[in-house]
Amino acid sequence: MEKSVNAIAPDPLSATRYGGLTAGAWRWIGALVLIALAIALPFSLSNYHVFELTMVMIYAIAVLGLNILTGYNGQISLGHGGFFAAGAYTAAILMHRYGVPYWATLPPAGLICFVLGVLFGLPALRFEGPYLALVTLAMALATPQLLKYFDTWTGGQQGINLVKPVPPPGLGLERDRWLYLVALVVLLIAIRVAANMLNGRTGRAWVAIRDHPIAAAAMGVDTARYKTLAFGTSTLFTGVAGALSAIVIGYVSPESYSLFLSVSFLVGSAIGGIATIGGAIVGGFFIQFVPNLANDISDAAPWAIYGLAMLLFMYAMPHGVVGSLGPWSRRLMLRVRSHRAA
Amino acid sequence: MTRKQLTSSGLAAASLVLAGGLAFAAGQYGPGASDTEIKLGNTMPYSGGASAYGAIGKAEAAYFNMINEQGGINGRKINFITRDDGYSPPKTVELVRKMVEEDQVLALFNTLGTPPNTAIQGYANDNKVPQLFVATGADKWNDPKNHPWTIGWQPSYRIEARIYGRYILKNLPNAKIAVLYQNDDFGKDYLTGLREGLGGKADTMIVASKTYETTDPTVDSQIASLQGSGADTLLTAATPKFAAQAIRKVFDIGWKPMHFLTNVSVSVGAVMKPAGPEKGVGIISAGYLKEPTDPQWADTPEYKEWLDWMKKYNSAGSLSDSNNVYGYSAAQTMVAVLKASGDNLTRENLMKQAASIHDLKLPMLLPGIVLSTSATDFAPTKQMQLMKFDGTTWQLFGEVISGSGS
Repeated sequence: MEKSVNAIAPDPLSATRYGGLTAGAWRWIGALVLIALAIALPFSLSNYHVFELTMVMIYAIAVLGLNILTGYNGQISLGHGGFFAAGAYTAAILMHRYGVPYWATLPPAGLICFVLGVLFGLPALRFEGPYLALVTLAMALATPQLLKYFDTWTGGQQGINLVKPVPPPGLGLERDRWLYLVALVVLLIAIRVAANMLNGRTGRAWVAIRDHPIAAAAMGVDTARYKTLAFGTSTLFTGVAGALSAIVIGYVSPESYSLFLSVSFLVGSAIGGIATIGGAIVGGFFIQFVPNLANDISDAAPWAIYGLAMLLFMYAMPHGVVGSLGPWSRRLMLRVRSHRAA
Repeated sequence: MTRKQLTSSGLAAASLVLAGGLAFAAGQYGPGASDTEIKLGNTMPYSGGASAYGAIGKAEAAYFNMINEQGGINGRKINFITRDDGYSPPKTVELVRKMVEEDQVLALFNTLGTPPNTAIQGYANDNKVPQLFVATGADKWNDPKNHPWTIGWQPSYRIEARIYGRYILKNLPNAKIAVLYQNDDFGKDYLTGLREGLGGKADTMIVASKTYETTDPTVDSQIASLQGSGADTLLTAATPKFAAQAIRKVFDIGWKPMHFLTNVSVSVGAVMKPAGPEKGVGIISAGYLKEPTDPQWADTPEYKEWLDWMKKYNSAGSLSDSNNVYGYSAAQTMVAVLKASGDNLTRENLMKQAASIHDLKLPMLLPGIVLSTSATDFAPTKQMQLMKFDGTTWQLFGEVISGSGS
């Protein structure tokens, strides 16, 4: 697990002023500009591209969940596709059987996946590294068949067809743009919550457990509790993403949640930067676009191209895109500061 | 492009220039159609667990290549866009949206799999995009009232089961029937169809039915209990693994029913041989395509034409894979509908033509089987012929039987 990225030491840049504003303030301004751009973006794109970006954000939320677990807490999961499916089916069953409006399915989907994650996290306490990966792999493998087994609830092989959500009247928004904005809001909330947790006491405990579990325990960190909490939080995020995907796609079936989905999440997480928040968004882009690009380049061997892209990314940026660019920009800013001070 | 084509397209361009601002209406076009091109969209599982079906998409592309080399349809080339969805419904939705919204295809053709097609059915119908000749055996595609933009192609499970029912009613009127079926829509379609085929006598003739789950290790106990019912006829609606188990168990316990087996599980390699070929002698199933390995077709002009096409345009495909017959025949259906649409290549007219097929004969369909559709009938193939396993291969027998609803 990489340890260089997530510095616990206070940020040496935060107190310095640039153009009369602190780095923190600049960061806020940058974030607001980005959000404004993200809100404006769908109005200049075709419906299809808006739909693609919606899927990017949904995958980003799922990858963010995985980053919390794998990047910050050091537990590898190959089973997050299963929790994604659990969230999707929670939303689908609530909408289809109980007529719950689509937006109201997100909290229960998150809650159920949190509980599932905690339950899964308890036995996972006994496993480390590759062994935990195997246990979670079992979950990913079992998911499609479990969904077929409980067919009175899940619709079995046939899945569940969902009524497409209707945008609120009066806004004059098309369905794709509305769903994009819904996904954007959920993504922003997810980022905010993750940042709060990771920058606080919980995050410090998670990173301490990842870097040195014995030292963390010696310092009084309840490792069992925090590891289980990491699992639950992680699956909560992924479950909410799953629920959103069911709403946007409008259909769930066992075939949608194969082992490959879980692998995709891990790939997206590693490519974006495993112990970063921004990396999740890069990961979302990778999951959504690289398989299609690979298919455009070669019909015959798209997965070879996909593999090649993965290798190139990992070779050029071993800490993921954000994990590698982050320290690079930080060094650049530090150099600017020392240059000024001199 | 040949010299002649070049000249004629040059002439066409010249006449376009001459026509100037005047209305130049060679045809009426929907999205994806023009004087030179017809765009069709398709998804196939080229990767993943269902990738064996990918042969169908490759065969279709190869067939359209041949049509294009021969000059296309009324001078228009078919631009067949086929993409890999890996049998994953969300991927199908994404690819189909791209084909419809970005590539602007005129129609979708032979998208494969029940879950992928279910996922895009709402989208296609909301946006009035023809979802033509879907490659799945589910019965639900024949629903013109609720889904006027979706149409099936192959005989559905329900139609097949009706055919067994009709055969039993006519030839074994005193049969006591037991049914073993998979506990999902696939299996239930067979029970529904069988009951329809038997008509008023269904309740008295069907003496027992048992289900199994795909998670069950074996179907042994179900077979034993069906034998205990005193039935002398058995219909097995099971996927290959369970079908092989059922055939073996029926033989091993000394039960000798008249055994009907779903067309899904007729593979000699995947079902009959693992079960033990001698144990399956006498089992009855039904088919609608010419099996490419059946020696009785080897000298027919239709088979030779298929073989020539395979060698020239689809040489990577296997000559024993019936998916290459399926793709060939499905593509021919599409070409027939495009020809019937003439110069009116709007989505509305294409759908109308797809729903007005009248006794279409295709070279690789079994003799006597024709495709037909109407505004109220979106199930093109409704006939099948029974066949019996002789220990090495399936032998067709009897007449072509219709399984149409009326």
